[in-house]
Amino acid sequence: MHWGGKSESNSRDPADRAASLNAPVQVIDASDHTLMVCQTTAGYAHIGPMDVQTPFDRHAVRAHRDRAAAGTGDADFLVTATAEALADRLDDIAREFPRALNLGYGGGAAARALKGHGGIQSWVHTDLSPAMMAKAKGRHLVAADEEALPFAPEAFDVIVSALNLHWVNDLPRTLVQARRCLKPDGLFLVALLGGDTVFELRQALLEAEEEMEGGVSPRTSPFLDVRDAGDLLARAGFHMAVADSDTTVVSYPDPLSLMADLRAMGETNAVNARRKNFTRRGTLMRAAELYFEAHGDAQGRVPATFQIITMTGWAPLDETATA
Amino acid sequence: MSETSTPVDPKLLEILVCPLTKGPLRYDAEAQELISDKAKLAYPIRDGIPIMLVDEARSLD
Repeated sequence: MHWGGKSESNSRDPADRAASLNAPVQVIDASDHTLMVCQTTAGYAHIGPMDVQTPFDRHAVRAHRDRAAAGTGDADFLVTATAEALADRLDDIAREFPRALNLGYGGGAAARALKGHGGIQSWVHTDLSPAMMAKAKGRHLVAADEEALPFAPEAFDVIVSALNLHWVNDLPRTLVQARRCLKPDGLFLVALLGGDTVFELRQALLEAEEEMEGGVSPRTSPFLDVRDAGDLLARAGFHMAVADSDTTVVSYPDPLSLMADLRAMGETNAVNARRKNFTRRGTLMRAAELYFEAHGDAQGRVPATFQIITMTGWAPLDETATA
Repeated sequence: MSETSTPVDPKLLEILVCPLTKGPLRYDAEAQELISDKAKLAYPIRDGIPIMLVDEARSLD
């Protein structure tokens, strides 16, 4: 788990961070966000399994997604960019995937970006939030918990997901269930947020809370490590399991607009150990100041790092081989 | 819920199982429910969207 030590990331800017990952940096202009994309590949993983515990309050996850369903959905740019990258990967594979399952419909950004790719003829989309599903109003929608998938064995040729599965408590269990509802040689192609995600914000909130309130509480989620991701896939019985990592740095006008965006994405804190009361306004304001002091640029903007882990694995041809 | 709701796609029903038991589901078109006899739960279908969440299911006990 990565909570970000005080001495570790205080003075680092994202370019340094990217350099430390040996990553080429590429800057992309989006409408009102600037995306700086850097890439690093971790390949196969040989690290021990992630703790199997229940760090997330799934009711809170659902409530956040229900709440985000009421929003305008213009914060979906990161999901769209991620899903477009998944679409490219699908198109690179010389195969067709007629029946597809998308885990985490959200605002529909991933579904729109993936439509027409990979030879997919029919889709089923799930979301944990019935409110998200009701808003989607399409066919082939199912409200489902990724930890208890309601699909028959060998129902799909491909399973995709863009920035959803980082909220799952029991990822190994989800992966095994996913493998079972894939046809033999079916593809699991999933992107989720990794451990370096919004490290700048976590650091600022920790410092502000320590300073203003004399103590800290879990603030943002414990995320997956890229090495764990590949290992978990292999343990779940996927063949040719690979996990790699992309780092996207988004430039925001100020720290508060980042917090607003996270809320709009339904990505606010659902950690079980989080404080049940609201963060004091003074603490948030101090966090925004500290964030800007540590990371602000000459134009008055601040960067926010999102680490996107992409997991790729194939269901075995002979299911009995991994049973 | 509403009587004018979107019908659920039969092709979707073919691949749905009980999320708890992974056993088969019976479709009650009248009640717009998917019934898991093994789990003794009825999952609602709202506006053509199966709500396959144990929290939202009606207990048949």
